[in-house]
Amino acid sequence: MAVVAYNAPQSVEEAIDLLATLSATSAATSAATSSATSAATSLATSTTRARLMAGGTDLIIQTKSQSTEPVLVVDLKHIAEMMSCDLGAAGLSLGPSMCCAEFTAQAGVRDVYPGLVEAADLIGSTQVQGRASIGGNLCNSSPAADTIPALIAVGAQCLIVSAKGERTVAVEDFVTGVGRNCLQPGELLKRILIHRPAAGSRDAYLRFIPRTEMDIAVAGAGVSVTLDQQGICTAARVAIGAVAPTALLVAQAAAALVGTRLDEAAVAAAGAAAAAAASPITDRRGTADYRRQIVAVLVKRATNIAKQRAQASL
Amino acid sequence: MAKLHISTSINGEATEFLCEPHATLLDVLRNDLQLTGTKEGCGSGDCGACSVTVDGRLTCACLVLGVEAQGREIGTIEGVGSSDKLSVIQEKFLEHAALQCGICTPGLIVSTQALLQQNPDPSEEQARYFLAGNLCRCTGYDKIIRAVLDAAATLRAEQQGAA
Repeated sequence: MAVVAYNAPQSVEEAIDLLATLSATSAATSAATSSATSAATSLATSTTRARLMAGGTDLIIQTKSQSTEPVLVVDLKHIAEMMSCDLGAAGLSLGPSMCCAEFTAQAGVRDVYPGLVEAADLIGSTQVQGRASIGGNLCNSSPAADTIPALIAVGAQCLIVSAKGERTVAVEDFVTGVGRNCLQPGELLKRILIHRPAAGSRDAYLRFIPRTEMDIAVAGAGVSVTLDQQGICTAARVAIGAVAPTALLVAQAAAALVGTRLDEAAVAAAGAAAAAAASPITDRRGTADYRRQIVAVLVKRATNIAKQRAQASL
Repeated sequence: MAKLHISTSINGEATEFLCEPHATLLDVLRNDLQLTGTKEGCGSGDCGACSVTVDGRLTCACLVLGVEAQGREIGTIEGVGSSDKLSVIQEKFLEHAALQCGICTPGLIVSTQALLQQNPDPSEEQARYFLAGNLCRCTGYDKIIRAVLDAAATLRAEQQGAA
């Protein structure tokens, strides 16, 4: 694709107006808006497709590909609402464009959502962390995205907005295929919303790569568990990544955990359920069989880490 | 294609340039502003040769559009040390022979400066993780890490001396 224009809307409303103008294909209109940044916009016509950009670590690389399709880059980093992170009594409301380095340094977030912070901390190098965002990771919709299983494990919801209004979609339903998601033309992901976990409820995320740093998951697992005062698991969510076209929420794995003390047999059963739910491919990172075995191990280990954290939070 | 007019600050100096919307900050620095200290390695955010800071945050210039520099403060290798006096980090890289071909060196020095601003006393492991996005195909990294840790110790001693 070829970037022929750039626009940096200053508010969600301005971004929606811009997207609505572009998705109305009838007239060859300029995408220029009345904002102070409109000087930075030109040449966008009805044949130009809008591409939303947060950190740009995927998008800018894609623009260097062979395709010459003209695109208007809509930079979502000038919208204060999409760059903030609010952790309160009800939970976390995350601006999807905030970079991972800033997110993982937010006060309190690591205590409440340690697994999500682990996942965000695994994306690329220090340099990439300074640009890449959780919202971008989600909207890029790679099967191997690290934050997606972690978001599913904590029950994150996507607040999507367009000229028609707002809707909320669970992260496990947001991604629809390899590189595809449920965002329609004119829509954008405005916030990521996560309930605050109760005492006795915590998460963990693990991925396997053949190196110690800077690689793409062969498999990943996000787990959250809730323990009561007696140490019985009352709720669990198990999500797996890089072993199917999309990250999967595995209800059977959670069912194997609920009602138990998360003993070895229950945790092993959850791992086996995750392996059974996986439908991995064989590629240069690993064979399908290998991925199935690895994902079971990751689910077991992530469950044990989440269990320790949940106990500590009681 | 109309070029866009961008006003920014580079190494503390107000700078204006014209750039096409598809140009990366790396393209602008090297091709338009003749700031060729920032190197192009992979062009895909994997090697760190083009490490710069944007509003103080370390990133790869190849992952930033030139137009995004509008109103930001960009820091490049040209802002580290001066032609008369090298920075402590640069001196330590020379002292420890932490470079061979030199292509990765500007990026490593910019990244090391970012590391030491954030963490003046990194362990070897912390330094290695922080700098994992700066690839070097010559040195095997040991001399680089020695230079980084020595620079950190020297800067801490200077800091204590000043206090």
